[in-house]
Amino acid sequence: MNILSLIPSLYVFVLAAFLGYQVISRVPPLLHTPLMSATNAISAISLVGSLVAAGANYNKVSTVLGFVAVVCATTNVVGGFVITDRMLRMFKRRPGPAEKGGKE
Amino acid sequence: MPAYLIELLYLLSGVLFIMGLRGMSHPETARRGMFYAEFGMLIAIVGTLMQHEIVRYDWIIAGLAIGSLLGLAMGLWVPMTAMPQRTAFSHAFGAAAAGLVGVSEYYRHGGHLEPFKMGALGFEVLLGSLTTTGSLIACGKLQGLLPGKPLLFKGQNVFNMTLLALTVACFVSLLVHPQATSAFYLMIGLALIFGVLLVIPIGSADMPVVMSLLNSYAGLASAATGFALGNNVLIIAGTLDGFSGFILSILMCKAMNRSITNVLFGAFGSVSGHAAAAQTGEMREIGVEDAATQLAYARQVVFVPGYGMATAQAQHVIRELGETLEERGVTVKFAIHPVAGRMPGHMNVLLAEANVPYSELYELEQINPDFPSTDVAVIVGANDVVNPDARDNPGSPIAGMPILEVDRAKLAIVLKRGKGRGFSGLENPLFFKENTAMLYGDAKDSLTRLVQAVHKL
Repeated sequence: MNILSLIPSLYVFVLAAFLGYQVISRVPPLLHTPLMSATNAISAISLVGSLVAAGANYNKVSTVLGFVAVVCATTNVVGGFVITDRMLRMFKRRPGPAEKGGKE
Repeated sequence: MPAYLIELLYLLSGVLFIMGLRGMSHPETARRGMFYAEFGMLIAIVGTLMQHEIVRYDWIIAGLAIGSLLGLAMGLWVPMTAMPQRTAFSHAFGAAAAGLVGVSEYYRHGGHLEPFKMGALGFEVLLGSLTTTGSLIACGKLQGLLPGKPLLFKGQNVFNMTLLALTVACFVSLLVHPQATSAFYLMIGLALIFGVLLVIPIGSADMPVVMSLLNSYAGLASAATGFALGNNVLIIAGTLDGFSGFILSILMCKAMNRSITNVLFGAFGSVSGHAAAAQTGEMREIGVEDAATQLAYARQVVFVPGYGMATAQAQHVIRELGETLEERGVTVKFAIHPVAGRMPGHMNVLLAEANVPYSELYELEQINPDFPSTDVAVIVGANDVVNPDARDNPGSPIAGMPILEVDRAKLAIVLKRGKGRGFSGLENPLFFKENTAMLYGDAKDSLTRLVQAVHKL
Protein backbone atom coordinates (compact mmCIF):
# COMPACT_ATOMS: atom_id res chain seq x y z
CA MET A 1 0.00 0.00 0.00
CA ASN A 2 1.45 3.36 -0.89
CA ILE A 3 0.44 6.94 -0.49
CA LEU A 4 -1.34 6.98 -3.86
CA SER A 5 -4.00 4.62 -2.50
CA LEU A 6 -4.96 7.43 -0.16
CA ILE A 7 -6.10 9.62 -3.04
CA PRO A 8 -9.42 7.85 -3.85
CA SER A 9 -10.32 7.95 -0.14
CA LEU A 10 -9.50 11.64 -0.10
CA TYR A 11 -11.78 12.22 -3.08
CA VAL A 12 -14.62 10.45 -1.32
CA PHE A 13 -14.01 12.45 1.86
CA VAL A 14 -13.90 15.84 0.17
CA LEU A 15 -16.93 15.18 -2.02
CA ALA A 16 -18.88 13.77 0.93
CA ALA A 17 -17.99 16.90 2.88
CA PHE A 18 -19.38 19.17 0.15
CA LEU A 19 -22.47 17.06 -0.23
CA GLY A 20 -22.92 16.94 3.54
CA TYR A 21 -22.74 20.71 3.71
CA GLN A 22 -25.39 21.08 1.00
CA VAL A 23 -27.74 18.50 2.46
CA ILE A 24 -27.42 19.47 6.13
CA SER A 25 -27.80 23.21 5.46
CA ARG A 26 -31.30 22.51 4.22
CA VAL A 27 -32.43 20.91 7.48
CA PRO A 28 -34.65 23.39 9.38
CA PRO A 29 -33.88 24.11 13.08
CA LEU A 30 -37.21 22.43 13.81
CA LEU A 31 -35.57 19.07 13.08
CA HIS A 32 -32.13 19.63 14.57
CA THR A 33 -32.59 17.17 17.43
CA PRO A 34 -33.79 14.31 15.18
CA LEU A 35 -30.99 15.23 12.75
CA MET A 36 -28.43 14.76 15.48
CA SER A 37 -29.79 11.41 16.54
CA ALA A 38 -30.09 10.30 12.90
CA THR A 39 -26.51 11.22 12.00
CA ASN A 40 -25.49 9.49 15.19
CA ALA A 41 -27.15 6.29 14.06
CA ILE A 42 -25.64 6.63 10.58
CA SER A 43 -22.11 7.24 11.88
CA ALA A 44 -22.42 3.99 13.82
CA ILE A 45 -21.53 2.56 10.40
CA SER A 46 -18.21 1.88 12.14
CA LEU A 47 -20.16 -1.28 12.97
CA VAL A 48 -18.87 -2.50 9.61
CA GLY A 49 -15.29 -2.33 10.89
CA SER A 50 -16.30 -3.79 14.25
CA LEU A 51 -17.92 -6.81 12.62
CA VAL A 52 -14.74 -7.66 10.74
CA ALA A 53 -12.63 -7.27 13.89
CA ALA A 54 -15.00 -9.50 15.87
CA GLY A 55 -15.40 -12.17 13.22
CA ALA A 56 -12.06 -12.45 11.48
CA ASN A 57 -10.31 -14.57 14.14
CA TYR A 58 -7.08 -12.53 13.95
CA ASN A 59 -6.28 -13.05 17.64
CA LYS A 60 -8.07 -13.03 21.02
CA VAL A 61 -7.52 -9.34 21.81
CA SER A 62 -8.78 -8.13 18.44
CA THR A 63 -11.82 -10.38 18.71
CA VAL A 64 -12.76 -9.12 22.18
CA LEU A 65 -12.17 -5.47 21.22
CA GLY A 66 -14.24 -6.07 18.11
CA PHE A 67 -17.01 -7.65 20.14
CA VAL A 68 -17.23 -4.65 22.49
CA ALA A 69 -17.21 -2.35 19.45
CA VAL A 70 -20.04 -4.36 17.87
CA VAL A 71 -22.11 -3.95 21.04
CA CYS A 72 -21.49 -0.18 21.18
CA ALA A 73 -22.14 0.40 17.48
CA THR A 74 -25.26 -1.79 17.35
CA THR A 75 -26.68 0.02 20.36
CA ASN A 76 -26.28 3.27 18.45
CA VAL A 77 -27.70 1.96 15.20
CA VAL A 78 -30.80 0.45 16.79
CA GLY A 79 -31.27 3.07 19.52
CA GLY A 80 -30.56 5.94 17.17
CA PHE A 81 -33.00 4.90 14.45
CA VAL A 82 -35.75 3.91 16.92
CA ILE A 83 -35.58 7.19 18.78
CA THR A 84 -35.32 9.27 15.60
CA ASP A 85 -38.47 7.66 14.29
CA ARG A 86 -40.17 8.16 17.66
CA MET A 87 -39.40 11.86 17.45
CA LEU A 88 -40.34 12.30 13.81
CA ARG A 89 -43.70 10.64 14.39
CA MET A 90 -44.51 13.41 16.86
CA PHE A 91 -44.09 16.25 14.37
CA LYS A 92 -47.61 16.82 13.11
CA ARG A 93 -49.23 19.28 10.83
CA ARG A 94 -52.10 21.28 12.30
CA PRO A 95 -54.93 18.77 12.68
CA GLY A 96 -58.16 19.50 10.81
CA PRO A 97 -61.13 20.72 12.89
CA ALA A 98 -62.89 17.34 12.74
CA GLU A 99 -59.78 15.50 13.79
CA LYS A 100 -59.05 17.84 16.64
CA GLY A 101 -62.07 17.01 18.77
CA GLY A 102 -61.30 13.32 18.98
CA LYS A 103 -57.68 13.71 19.91
CA GLU A 104 -56.23 13.61 23.39
CA MET B 1 -19.79 -13.16 -2.27
CA PRO B 2 -17.30 -11.57 -4.68
CA ALA B 3 -15.61 -8.44 -3.37
CA TYR B 4 -16.94 -6.18 -6.13
CA LEU B 5 -20.53 -7.04 -5.18
CA ILE B 6 -19.86 -6.10 -1.59
CA GLU B 7 -18.35 -2.81 -2.74
CA LEU B 8 -21.47 -2.15 -4.83
CA LEU B 9 -23.64 -2.83 -1.79
CA TYR B 10 -21.57 -0.28 0.16
CA LEU B 11 -22.04 2.25 -2.63
CA LEU B 12 -25.80 1.71 -2.55
CA SER B 13 -25.80 2.10 1.20
CA GLY B 14 -23.88 5.39 0.92
CA VAL B 15 -26.46 6.70 -1.55
CA LEU B 16 -29.29 5.67 0.76
CA PHE B 17 -27.70 7.53 3.69
CA ILE B 18 -27.52 10.72 1.63
CA MET B 19 -31.12 10.34 0.49
CA GLY B 20 -32.09 9.73 4.09
CA LEU B 21 -30.53 12.96 5.32
CA ARG B 22 -32.02 14.84 2.38
CA GLY B 23 -35.44 13.79 3.65
CA MET B 24 -34.67 15.66 6.86
CA SER B 25 -35.23 18.97 5.06
CA HIS B 26 -38.94 18.74 5.81
CA PRO B 27 -40.97 17.06 8.57
CA GLU B 28 -43.24 15.52 5.93
CA THR B 29 -40.42 13.62 4.23
CA ALA B 30 -38.20 12.99 7.25
CA ARG B 31 -39.64 9.64 8.27
CA ARG B 32 -39.43 8.24 4.75
CA GLY B 33 -35.84 9.47 4.61
CA MET B 34 -35.02 7.57 7.76
CA PHE B 35 -36.41 4.38 6.24
CA TYR B 36 -33.92 4.84 3.38
CA ALA B 37 -31.11 5.29 5.89
CA GLU B 38 -32.17 2.24 7.90
CA PHE B 39 -32.27 0.19 4.72
CA GLY B 40 -28.81 1.50 3.83
CA MET B 41 -27.49 0.38 7.19
CA LEU B 42 -29.03 -3.07 6.75
CA ILE B 43 -27.40 -3.48 3.33
CA ALA B 44 -24.02 -2.42 4.69
CA ILE B 45 -24.26 -4.93 7.55
CA VAL B 46 -25.36 -7.78 5.29
CA GLY B 47 -22.59 -6.98 2.81
CA THR B 48 -20.01 -6.99 5.59
CA LEU B 49 -21.18 -10.33 6.95
CA MET B 50 -20.57 -11.80 3.48
CA GLN B 51 -16.91 -10.80 3.50
CA HIS B 52 -14.48 -13.67 3.31
CA GLU B 53 -12.42 -12.34 6.24
CA ILE B 54 -15.24 -13.19 8.59
CA VAL B 55 -14.86 -16.80 9.64
CA ARG B 56 -16.64 -17.00 12.97
CA TYR B 57 -20.04 -15.66 13.87
CA ASP B 58 -20.39 -16.43 17.61
CA TRP B 59 -19.03 -13.10 18.88
CA ILE B 60 -20.78 -11.18 16.13
CA ILE B 61 -24.18 -12.67 16.90
CA ALA B 62 -23.71 -12.09 20.63
CA GLY B 63 -22.64 -8.49 20.03
CA LEU B 64 -25.50 -7.74 17.64
CA ALA B 65 -28.02 -9.27 20.05
CA ILE B 66 -26.79 -7.39 23.14
CA GLY B 67 -26.46 -4.14 21.20
CA SER B 68 -29.94 -4.46 19.70
CA LEU B 69 -31.49 -5.06 23.12
CA LEU B 70 -29.64 -2.11 24.67
CA GLY B 71 -30.51 0.12 21.72
CA LEU B 72 -34.13 -0.90 21.71
CA ALA B 73 -34.45 -0.33 25.45
CA MET B 74 -32.86 3.10 25.14
CA GLY B 75 -34.83 4.00 22.04
CA LEU B 76 -38.21 3.06 23.45
CA TRP B 77 -38.02 4.20 27.05
CA VAL B 78 -35.91 7.31 27.21
CA PRO B 79 -38.25 10.27 27.83
CA MET B 80 -38.06 13.22 25.41
CA THR B 81 -36.89 15.53 28.19
CA ALA B 82 -33.81 13.30 28.60
CA MET B 83 -32.94 13.49 24.91
CA PRO B 84 -29.74 15.55 25.45
CA GLN B 85 -28.31 13.02 27.91
CA ARG B 86 -29.21 10.13 25.65
CA THR B 87 -27.60 11.77 22.65
CA ALA B 88 -24.42 12.55 24.59
CA PHE B 89 -24.35 8.95 25.79
CA SER B 90 -24.64 7.58 22.28
CA HIS B 91 -21.89 9.92 21.06
CA ALA B 92 -19.72 8.17 23.65
CA PHE B 93 -20.77 4.77 22.33
CA GLY B 94 -20.19 5.66 18.68
CA ALA B 95 -16.78 7.14 19.40
CA ALA B 96 -15.82 4.16 21.57
CA ALA B 97 -16.75 1.77 18.75
CA ALA B 98 -14.54 3.65 16.29
CA GLY B 99 -11.69 3.88 18.81
CA LEU B 100 -11.85 0.17 19.66
CA VAL B 101 -11.74 -0.83 16.00
CA GLY B 102 -8.62 1.33 15.72
CA VAL B 103 -6.93 -0.31 18.71
CA SER B 104 -7.83 -3.76 17.44
CA GLU B 105 -6.40 -2.93 14.03
CA TYR B 106 -3.19 -1.56 15.54
CA TYR B 107 -2.79 -4.57 17.81
CA ARG B 108 -3.34 -6.98 14.93
CA HIS B 109 -0.54 -5.47 12.90
CA GLY B 110 1.70 -5.09 15.90
CA GLY B 111 2.46 -1.57 14.75
CA HIS B 112 3.82 -2.64 11.36
CA LEU B 113 1.93 0.00 9.46
CA GLU B 114 2.45 2.39 6.60
CA PRO B 115 2.77 6.00 7.81
CA PHE B 116 -0.49 7.06 6.17
CA LYS B 117 -2.43 4.17 7.62
CA MET B 118 -0.87 4.92 10.99
CA GLY B 119 -2.02 8.52 10.55
CA ALA B 120 -5.59 7.47 9.87
CA LEU B 121 -5.54 5.03 12.79
CA GLY B 122 -4.04 7.71 15.01
CA PHE B 123 -6.81 10.19 14.18
CA GLU B 124 -9.41 7.52 14.69
CA VAL B 125 -8.13 6.48 18.10
CA LEU B 126 -7.42 10.05 19.20
CA LEU B 127 -10.87 11.40 18.28
CA GLY B 128 -12.54 8.22 19.49
CA SER B 129 -10.92 8.38 22.93
CA LEU B 130 -11.43 12.05 23.67
CA THR B 131 -15.01 11.99 22.39
CA THR B 132 -15.81 8.97 24.54
CA THR B 133 -14.78 10.53 27.84
CA GLY B 134 -15.92 14.02 26.81
CA SER B 135 -19.39 12.74 25.95
CA LEU B 136 -19.63 10.77 29.18
CA ILE B 137 -18.84 13.93 31.16
CA ALA B 138 -21.40 15.88 29.09
CA CYS B 139 -23.93 13.14 29.76
CA GLY B 140 -23.17 13.25 33.50
CA LYS B 141 -23.61 17.01 33.56
CA LEU B 142 -26.90 16.87 31.65
CA GLN B 143 -28.22 14.08 33.83
CA GLY B 144 -27.28 16.06 36.94
CA LEU B 145 -24.78 13.46 38.17
CA LEU B 146 -22.04 16.06 37.86
CA PRO B 147 -22.36 19.76 38.71
CA GLY B 148 -23.64 21.77 35.75
CA LYS B 149 -21.52 24.78 36.68
CA PRO B 150 -18.17 25.09 34.93
CA LEU B 151 -15.42 23.32 36.88
CA LEU B 152 -12.34 25.50 36.91
CA PHE B 153 -8.86 25.42 38.35
CA LYS B 154 -5.86 27.68 38.13
CA GLY B 155 -3.83 27.42 34.95
CA GLN B 156 -6.49 25.26 33.34
CA ASN B 157 -5.95 26.44 29.78
CA VAL B 158 -2.17 26.10 30.05
CA PHE B 159 -2.55 22.62 31.54
CA ASN B 160 -4.99 21.53 28.83
CA MET B 161 -2.80 22.92 26.06
CA THR B 162 0.25 21.10 27.46
CA LEU B 163 -1.74 17.88 27.59
CA LEU B 164 -2.90 18.37 24.02
CA ALA B 165 0.65 19.12 22.90
CA LEU B 166 1.88 15.90 24.56
CA THR B 167 -0.87 13.93 22.87
CA VAL B 168 0.01 15.38 19.48
CA ALA B 169 3.70 14.66 20.16
CA CYS B 170 2.85 10.99 20.74
CA PHE B 171 0.88 11.01 17.50
CA VAL B 172 3.73 12.52 15.50
CA SER B 173 6.29 10.10 16.96
CA LEU B 174 3.98 7.24 15.97
CA LEU B 175 4.00 8.46 12.38
CA VAL B 176 7.77 8.08 12.40
CA HIS B 177 7.96 4.94 14.53
CA PRO B 178 4.64 3.09 14.26
CA GLN B 179 6.07 0.18 16.27
CA ALA B 180 6.41 2.28 19.42
CA THR B 181 3.46 0.61 21.14
CA SER B 182 4.00 2.48 24.41
CA ALA B 183 3.53 5.80 22.58
CA PHE B 184 0.29 4.46 21.11
CA TYR B 185 -1.19 3.50 24.45
CA LEU B 186 0.13 6.66 26.11
CA MET B 187 -1.62 8.67 23.39
CA ILE B 188 -4.90 6.89 24.15
CA GLY B 189 -4.52 7.58 27.88
CA LEU B 190 -3.74 11.25 27.31
CA ALA B 191 -6.65 11.62 24.88
CA LEU B 192 -9.02 10.07 27.40
CA ILE B 193 -7.92 12.58 30.04
CA PHE B 194 -8.07 15.44 27.55
CA GLY B 195 -11.69 14.56 26.73
CA VAL B 196 -12.61 14.94 30.40
CA LEU B 197 -10.76 18.24 30.74
CA LEU B 198 -12.31 19.59 27.55
CA VAL B 199 -15.85 19.33 28.87
CA ILE B 200 -15.61 19.99 32.63
CA PRO B 201 -15.08 23.77 32.25
CA ILE B 202 -18.22 24.12 30.13
CA GLY B 203 -21.44 25.35 31.70
CA SER B 204 -24.82 23.78 31.05
CA ALA B 205 -26.03 26.75 29.02
CA ASP B 206 -23.26 26.13 26.47
CA MET B 207 -24.19 22.48 26.11
CA PRO B 208 -25.81 22.87 22.65
CA VAL B 209 -22.42 23.84 21.20
CA VAL B 210 -20.54 21.07 22.96
CA MET B 211 -23.13 18.48 21.98
CA SER B 212 -22.76 19.51 18.34
CA LEU B 213 -18.97 19.42 18.54
CA LEU B 214 -18.93 15.95 20.09
CA ASN B 215 -21.39 14.88 17.39
CA SER B 216 -18.91 16.11 14.82
CA TYR B 217 -15.91 14.38 16.46
CA ALA B 218 -17.77 11.07 16.69
CA GLY B 219 -18.52 11.29 12.97
CA LEU B 220 -14.96 12.21 12.06
CA ALA B 221 -13.71 9.26 14.13
CA SER B 222 -15.86 7.01 11.95
CA ALA B 223 -14.54 8.69 8.80
CA ALA B 224 -10.97 8.12 9.99
CA THR B 225 -11.87 4.45 10.50
CA GLY B 226 -12.88 4.43 6.85
CA PHE B 227 -9.48 5.81 5.85
CA ALA B 228 -7.69 3.23 8.00
CA LEU B 229 -9.69 0.31 6.64
CA GLY B 230 -9.96 1.67 3.11
CA ASN B 231 -13.75 1.52 3.31
CA ASN B 232 -15.63 4.23 1.42
CA VAL B 233 -19.04 3.86 3.01
CA LEU B 234 -17.43 4.52 6.39
CA ILE B 235 -15.86 7.67 5.00
CA ILE B 236 -19.16 8.86 3.51
CA ALA B 237 -21.30 8.21 6.59
CA GLY B 238 -18.66 9.50 9.00
CA THR B 239 -18.12 12.67 6.99
CA LEU B 240 -21.85 13.37 6.77
CA ASP B 241 -22.08 13.08 10.56
CA GLY B 242 -18.90 15.08 11.06
CA PHE B 243 -20.14 17.93 8.90
CA SER B 244 -23.61 17.86 10.35
CA GLY B 245 -22.17 18.32 13.83
CA PHE B 246 -19.81 21.00 12.57
CA ILE B 247 -22.59 23.00 10.90
CA LEU B 248 -24.75 22.71 14.01
CA SER B 249 -21.96 23.96 16.27
CA ILE B 250 -21.45 26.98 14.02
CA LEU B 251 -25.18 27.72 14.03
CA MET B 252 -25.27 27.42 17.83
CA CYS B 253 -22.27 29.71 18.22
CA LYS B 254 -23.87 32.29 15.91
CA ALA B 255 -27.03 32.11 17.99
CA MET B 256 -24.96 33.14 21.00
CA ASN B 257 -22.66 35.54 19.12
CA ARG B 258 -19.60 33.69 20.37
CA SER B 259 -16.74 31.82 18.76
CA ILE B 260 -16.07 28.14 19.28
CA THR B 261 -12.79 28.94 21.04
CA ASN B 262 -14.65 31.24 23.39
CA VAL B 263 -17.12 28.51 24.26
CA LEU B 264 -14.41 25.90 24.83
CA PHE B 265 -11.94 28.03 26.73
CA GLY B 266 -13.99 30.99 27.91
CA ALA B 267 -15.68 29.20 30.84
CA PHE B 268 -18.79 31.30 30.53
CA GLY B 269 -21.01 31.67 33.56
CA SER B 270 -18.18 31.68 36.05
CA VAL B 271 -17.91 35.44 36.03
CA SER B 272 -20.91 37.36 37.25
CA GLY B 273 -21.99 40.16 34.97
CA HIS B 274 -19.99 43.02 36.41
CA ALA B 275 -20.43 44.97 33.21
CA ALA B 276 -24.21 44.88 33.47
CA ALA B 277 -25.43 47.95 35.28
CA ALA B 278 -26.86 47.00 38.67
CA GLN B 279 -30.61 46.97 38.31
CA THR B 280 -32.47 48.73 41.03
CA GLY B 281 -35.92 48.92 39.54
CA GLU B 282 -39.04 47.33 40.88
CA MET B 283 -40.26 43.96 39.63
CA ARG B 284 -44.01 43.96 39.14
CA GLU B 285 -45.84 40.86 40.24
CA ILE B 286 -49.05 39.69 38.61
CA GLY B 287 -51.73 37.37 39.98
CA VAL B 288 -53.05 34.32 38.15
CA GLU B 289 -56.50 35.86 37.57
CA ASP B 290 -55.05 39.06 36.10
CA ALA B 291 -52.68 37.15 33.89
CA ALA B 292 -55.51 34.88 32.71
CA THR B 293 -57.64 37.91 31.82
CA GLN B 294 -54.80 39.44 29.82
CA LEU B 295 -54.33 36.17 27.94
CA ALA B 296 -58.01 35.48 27.33
CA TYR B 297 -58.72 38.89 25.82
CA ALA B 298 -55.54 39.11 23.77
CA ARG B 299 -55.50 38.90 20.00
CA GLN B 300 -52.09 37.29 19.78
CA VAL B 301 -50.13 35.38 22.44
CA VAL B 302 -46.57 34.14 21.93
CA PHE B 303 -45.09 31.52 24.23
CA VAL B 304 -41.31 31.51 24.70
CA PRO B 305 -40.12 28.21 26.19
CA GLY B 306 -36.67 27.61 27.66
CA TYR B 307 -34.91 24.83 29.48
CA GLY B 308 -37.06 25.57 32.54
CA MET B 309 -40.04 24.19 30.62
CA ALA B 310 -38.22 20.89 30.22
CA THR B 311 -37.21 20.63 33.87
CA ALA B 312 -40.74 21.45 34.99
CA GLN B 313 -42.16 18.97 32.41
CA ALA B 314 -44.53 21.79 31.48
CA GLN B 315 -44.78 21.14 27.71
CA HIS B 316 -48.18 19.43 27.97
CA VAL B 317 -49.77 22.16 30.10
CA ILE B 318 -48.41 24.82 27.77
CA ARG B 319 -50.15 23.12 24.86
CA GLU B 320 -53.36 22.90 26.91
CA LEU B 321 -53.22 26.62 27.68
CA GLY B 322 -52.49 27.33 24.02
CA GLU B 323 -55.49 25.29 22.89
CA THR B 324 -57.77 26.87 25.48
CA LEU B 325 -56.78 30.30 24.20
CA GLU B 326 -57.22 29.27 20.57
CA GLU B 327 -60.75 28.11 21.32
CA ARG B 328 -61.43 31.68 22.44
CA GLY B 329 -60.12 32.98 19.13
CA VAL B 330 -56.65 34.02 20.28
CA THR B 331 -53.81 33.51 17.81
CA VAL B 332 -51.19 31.38 19.54
CA LYS B 333 -47.54 31.05 18.47
CA PHE B 334 -44.45 29.50 19.97
CA ALA B 335 -41.10 31.26 19.62
CA ILE B 336 -38.06 28.98 19.69
CA HIS B 337 -34.57 30.38 20.18
CA PRO B 338 -31.87 28.21 18.54
CA VAL B 339 -30.02 27.67 21.82
CA ALA B 340 -33.06 27.24 24.06
CA GLY B 341 -32.61 23.98 25.94
CA ARG B 342 -29.55 21.81 26.13
CA MET B 343 -29.20 20.62 22.53
CA PRO B 344 -30.12 22.00 19.10
CA GLY B 345 -33.85 21.75 18.49
CA HIS B 346 -34.60 20.50 22.00
CA MET B 347 -37.71 22.70 22.53
CA ASN B 348 -39.22 21.76 19.16
CA VAL B 349 -39.15 18.08 20.06
CA LEU B 350 -40.72 18.64 23.48
CA LEU B 351 -43.55 20.75 22.05
CA ALA B 352 -44.10 18.27 19.24
CA GLU B 353 -44.33 15.56 21.89
CA ALA B 354 -47.07 17.60 23.55
CA ASN B 355 -48.97 17.65 20.24
CA VAL B 356 -48.27 21.24 19.29
CA PRO B 357 -48.47 21.27 15.47
CA TYR B 358 -45.15 22.33 13.95
CA SER B 359 -46.80 25.13 12.01
CA GLU B 360 -47.14 26.96 15.34
CA LEU B 361 -43.41 26.75 16.10
CA TYR B 362 -41.56 29.85 14.91
CA GLU B 363 -37.85 30.52 14.52
CA LEU B 364 -36.15 33.62 15.83
CA GLU B 365 -36.08 35.55 12.54
CA GLN B 366 -39.67 34.67 11.77
CA ILE B 367 -41.17 35.70 15.07
CA ASN B 368 -39.21 38.84 16.04
CA PRO B 369 -41.10 41.15 13.63
CA ASP B 370 -44.31 39.83 15.22
CA PHE B 371 -43.61 40.93 18.79
CA PRO B 372 -44.72 44.59 18.41
CA SER B 373 -48.16 43.33 17.36
CA THR B 374 -48.25 40.72 20.12
CA ASP B 375 -50.48 41.44 23.12
CA VAL B 376 -48.92 39.02 25.56
CA ALA B 377 -45.60 37.15 25.45
CA VAL B 378 -45.38 34.35 28.00
CA ILE B 379 -41.83 33.38 28.97
CA VAL B 380 -41.61 29.91 30.46
CA GLY B 381 -38.27 28.96 31.93
CA ALA B 382 -36.19 31.06 29.52
CA ASN B 383 -33.89 33.86 30.61
CA ASP B 384 -30.77 34.77 28.62
CA VAL B 385 -32.49 34.29 25.27
CA VAL B 386 -34.91 37.13 26.13
CA ASN B 387 -32.39 39.40 27.86
CA PRO B 388 -32.62 42.84 26.19
CA ASP B 389 -29.11 43.64 27.47
CA ALA B 390 -27.75 41.46 24.66
CA ARG B 391 -29.18 44.01 22.22
CA ASP B 392 -28.90 47.27 24.16
CA ASN B 393 -25.81 47.03 26.36
CA PRO B 394 -22.52 46.56 24.47
CA GLY B 395 -20.76 45.88 27.79
CA SER B 396 -22.88 42.89 28.61
CA PRO B 397 -21.18 39.48 28.51
CA ILE B 398 -23.88 38.32 26.11
CA ALA B 399 -23.77 41.49 23.96
CA GLY B 400 -24.64 40.83 20.34
CA MET B 401 -26.42 37.56 20.99
CA PRO B 402 -29.63 37.53 18.95
CA ILE B 403 -32.60 37.52 21.31
CA LEU B 404 -36.32 37.02 21.13
CA GLU B 405 -37.56 40.58 21.52
CA VAL B 406 -40.34 39.92 24.01
CA ASP B 407 -39.83 43.39 25.51
CA ARG B 408 -41.46 44.80 22.34
CA ALA B 409 -44.71 42.97 23.10
CA LYS B 410 -47.43 44.98 24.83
CA LEU B 411 -47.07 42.77 27.89
CA ALA B 412 -44.49 40.17 28.82
CA ILE B 413 -45.43 37.70 31.54
CA VAL B 414 -42.42 35.89 32.97
CA LEU B 415 -43.03 32.58 34.71
CA LYS B 416 -40.24 32.13 37.19
CA ARG B 417 -39.50 30.08 40.28
CA GLY B 418 -38.22 32.92 42.41
CA LYS B 419 -36.63 36.33 42.27
CA GLY B 420 -33.09 35.00 41.77
CA ARG B 421 -30.94 35.38 38.70
CA GLY B 422 -30.98 32.86 35.91
CA PHE B 423 -28.49 30.13 35.31
CA SER B 424 -25.81 32.33 33.82
CA GLY B 425 -25.95 34.64 36.83
CA LEU B 426 -26.71 37.64 34.62
CA GLU B 427 -29.21 40.24 35.69
CA ASN B 428 -32.07 40.47 33.21
CA PRO B 429 -33.37 44.05 32.73
CA LEU B 430 -36.49 42.62 31.09
CA PHE B 431 -37.81 41.78 34.57
CA PHE B 432 -37.71 45.46 35.60
CA LYS B 433 -39.46 46.87 32.55
CA GLU B 434 -42.82 48.56 32.87
CA ASN B 435 -44.53 46.21 30.47
CA THR B 436 -43.21 43.11 32.21
CA ALA B 437 -45.07 41.21 34.90
CA MET B 438 -43.71 38.37 37.00
CA LEU B 439 -45.71 35.28 37.84
CA TYR B 440 -43.80 33.39 40.51
CA GLY B 441 -44.04 29.68 41.17
CA ASP B 442 -43.39 26.32 39.55
CA ALA B 443 -43.97 26.69 35.79
CA LYS B 444 -46.20 23.65 35.48
CA ASP B 445 -48.28 24.67 38.47
CA SER B 446 -48.67 28.28 37.29
CA LEU B 447 -49.71 27.16 33.82
CA THR B 448 -52.27 24.72 35.22
CA ARG B 449 -53.80 27.49 37.30
CA LEU B 450 -53.81 29.78 34.26
CA VAL B 451 -55.74 27.18 32.26
CA GLN B 452 -58.34 26.89 35.02
CA ALA B 453 -58.59 30.68 35.36
CA VAL B 454 -59.07 31.16 31.60
CA HIS B 455 -61.81 28.51 31.60
CA LYS B 456 -63.68 30.41 34.33
CA LEU B 457 -63.75 33.65 32.35
